[in-house]
This record gives sequence, structure tokens and C-alpha cells, in this order.
Amino acid sequence: MELLIDNLCARRGGRSVFDDLSLRVPAGRALLVTGPNGAGKSTLLRVIAGFLPPATGRVALIDRGETLSGAALQPRLAFAGHMDAVKPALSVAENLALWAGIAGRDRDAIEPALSALGLEAMAGRPAGECSAGQRRRLGLARLLVAERSVWLMDEPTSSLDAGSAAAVSALVARHCDAGGIAVIATHLDMGLHDPLRLDLIPERVAPQGGEGALDPAPKPADADEDPFLVGPADGGAFR
Amino acid sequence: MVKALGAIVARDLLLALRLGGGGAVGLAFFVLAVVLIPLGIGREGETLARIAGGVVWVAALLAALLSLDRLFQADVEDGTLEQLMLADLPLEAVVAAKTVAHWLTTGLPITLAAPLLALMLNLPLGSVPAMAAAMLAGTPALSLAGAIGAALTAGIRRGGLLVSILVLPLYVPTLIFGARTVENATLDLPWSAPLMLTLAISLGAAAIAPFAAAWALRITLR
Repeated sequence: MELLIDNLCARRGGRSVFDDLSLRVPAGRALLVTGPNGAGKSTLLRVIAGFLPPATGRVALIDRGETLSGAALQPRLAFAGHMDAVKPALSVAENLALWAGIAGRDRDAIEPALSALGLEAMAGRPAGECSAGQRRRLGLARLLVAERSVWLMDEPTSSLDAGSAAAVSALVARHCDAGGIAVIATHLDMGLHDPLRLDLIPERVAPQGGEGALDPAPKPADADEDPFLVGPADGGAFR
Repeated sequence: MVKALGAIVARDLLLALRLGGGGAVGLAFFVLAVVLIPLGIGREGETLARIAGGVVWVAALLAALLSLDRLFQADVEDGTLEQLMLADLPLEAVVAAKTVAHWLTTGLPITLAAPLLALMLNLPLGSVPAMAAAMLAGTPALSLAGAIGAALTAGIRRGGLLVSILVLPLYVPTLIFGARTVENATLDLPWSAPLMLTLAISLGAAAIAPFAAAWALRITLR
């Protein structure tokens, strides 16, 4: 399995956010997307998730010889964005039960997800009583219930305390060890072992090597051995 | 897929129940609007009987409108729609499921209350079956056409007024044929033709609305 981003360009309001972004994330790896505010981290995640159509290029998941993109790719993705999709009128467990129902899973999946994020004690309480950090954890618990191959996470540790942030890092590590892929927009290091890195800078994309994982060679068409490959923006220099 | 759609319908019903908003308020508005008419017009039985069908239908349209602005807006604001986009379901099916839930919380209570209210307006007892049938055939169109307007304004704060302006014109055919069904029954004319047309509008709306609303929601999320 491999997440493939090919010559991706995104525009918002006529302005180019990033240009000619090409990279591959193989199974079992996490990609940390860093960069200052406005560099396009969230936009990249939204393009991968299919919410924002790319101006050019494509996003695909290659799995067992099949190339999934667009509507076929979306059921393989889990997205944890700025908004936690939590309904305050429902209890914490009911919120999660809804997503288990939509994902076609039974209620047995709920309890382990709640305890993985330290929410067991809140299970019966209305989600409206959750603090910002608890709500974020409830949003992240959905990733465990949904059981998707690719996790897209936008600042997953914002409003989390150190202990919870470490728990989230451990969940991402476990997901990757199980052969999953994670794409994480973050300012923090997340404490992940040997993640791939992409540093976005406003208006221009500059990749950065994650312990030799990056191959800054010009992009050949069939570079199957390269686990991770980034083509330079409009032929510009790498940083 | 059926299970997932059932989960969405069940969730919307549960939310409507917990928040006490949608259904109960819509029904209360419907009842009050109809009850106000005799107070304004006077209690001349003949006048009331003649306008009963139209009055009940107009009140039903307005009551259906009340809960529309939050149909998709709440889900856009809290990120639920993003998650539903990634569900293993077409967005069109998600929209259809939410529309079914909207009808169950507004259209169905209105349909059940309408014959009683019509009797209050001195509608002849013989016209009650026509009233009930017309409501059952016509109210799905109110939720379906309403879903298009709700989807178009989902990303706009305070979109409620805009929904009314967008949706009320779409309600006109249902109003004409729904009210005509009741009127024909009152005048002892055959009422199956206007009833069939009312149903046809609902079926046509069922074919179009999920696609139109899903298309509007995809644009909202960009």
C-alpha cells in the first residue's frame, strides 16, 4: 500500500497554495507536514481528503495493484480536522456509537477506543460537558472506531495536555506499525520514530530529508524503489 | 450500507428529540398558525370551510420551513459533514437519509395533525380523507425541496431567511395541487387527479433533490 501524491497543485480563491507537489508515503510510515501558518498544511490535508479538488495533479492510494482515487479513495481515509464533529446533545459514548454505526462496526469497538484516549469516565456524560481537550480526544477516538488505512490529522495535539499528546503519538505509531499510513500537519515533533517530513513554505514547496528518506533527485516516472520522493517546485532549489 | 443509513436517520431523530427543537416546535407553529385563522376571519362556518384546505397547506409549508435552516448547517459547522463525506456511502444517500429524518420529525407530525385542524376549520367530514391523503403525498416534497435550499445556504450564517426565499417558490406546485385535492373533495368533485399530481411532485423531488443538495454541499465544503 502506498499513498501517492502526483504533481499536486491547489488553489484557494485564485491564489496558488502549493505547486507541483509530488511524494509517496509507503505503508507503515507517517508523514509530518510542517510549516508556518498559511503555508497550506490544512489545504494539503483537505485536498488529500477530497474536500477541495486539486487544480491539477492527483492523489491516489495504491493497494494490491489497485489504484484508488476520488470517491473510491475516500472510504479508506479517516480525517481528524480542526472541528471534532462532536454533538453536544449526545453522550460521549453515543457520539462514538454513531460513527461506529456509519462505519458498519458494532458497539464492541467503542469501549476500547474510549479507553485508548482516556475517556472511559466520560462515556455516559453529555459531550457538551467535555473540555476542549476531551472533545479533541473524542474526535480522535473516531479514528480507532473507523478503522481506515490512511489517517489525515490536522494539528491533532492542539489543546491536549502532555500525557494525552503522548497517547495520541503512541496511537499513530501503533497505526503505522500495523501497516497504516498517517499524514499529520503539526508544529510538534509528535515523538514518532523516523517519520517522513515535508516542510511547506508559503507559495513555494521545499521538501526536507527525514533521515535519508528523501531522495532529492529529479523525479523519474517510475521510481518504484524510492520510498519517498519529492519533486522540486517549478524546478527550484531544495532547502 | 442500509445499516449506515439507518444510523444516520436514528442519529437525526435522537438529536431532534434531545434538542427539542425541530419537530415539536414545527408542529406547535403549525397548530398555532391554523388556530389563528378563525380568530382573524371570524367564525362563519361556510367561509372557513371554503378556505380550510388552503389555510392548512400554507401553515404546513411555513412549519416545514422553520426547521430547514439547521438541516445541514449544524453538521457543516461542527465538522460532521466532512466525516460523512468520508463515510462508505454516496453523499447523495446521506442527504436522502437526513431528508427522511427531517420528514419524520416535521412532515409526519404535520400530516397527522392536519385532519384534526381541518375539522376545527369546519372542513366537511367527507373531505378529511382527501386532506390526509394530500398531506401524506405532499409533505415529502416539502422536506426534499427544502433540503436543496438548506444545502445551498449551509455555509452561510443566518441563512434562515435566505432559505425561505429560495424554497417557498419551490413549494408552489405542492401547494396548488395539495390544496386543490382538498377543495375538489369539498366541492364533491373527483380528487384523485390533483392527488396524483401532488404525489408526482414528491416523487420527482425525491429523484432530483438528493443529487442537487449533495452537489451544493460539496461546494460548501471546499
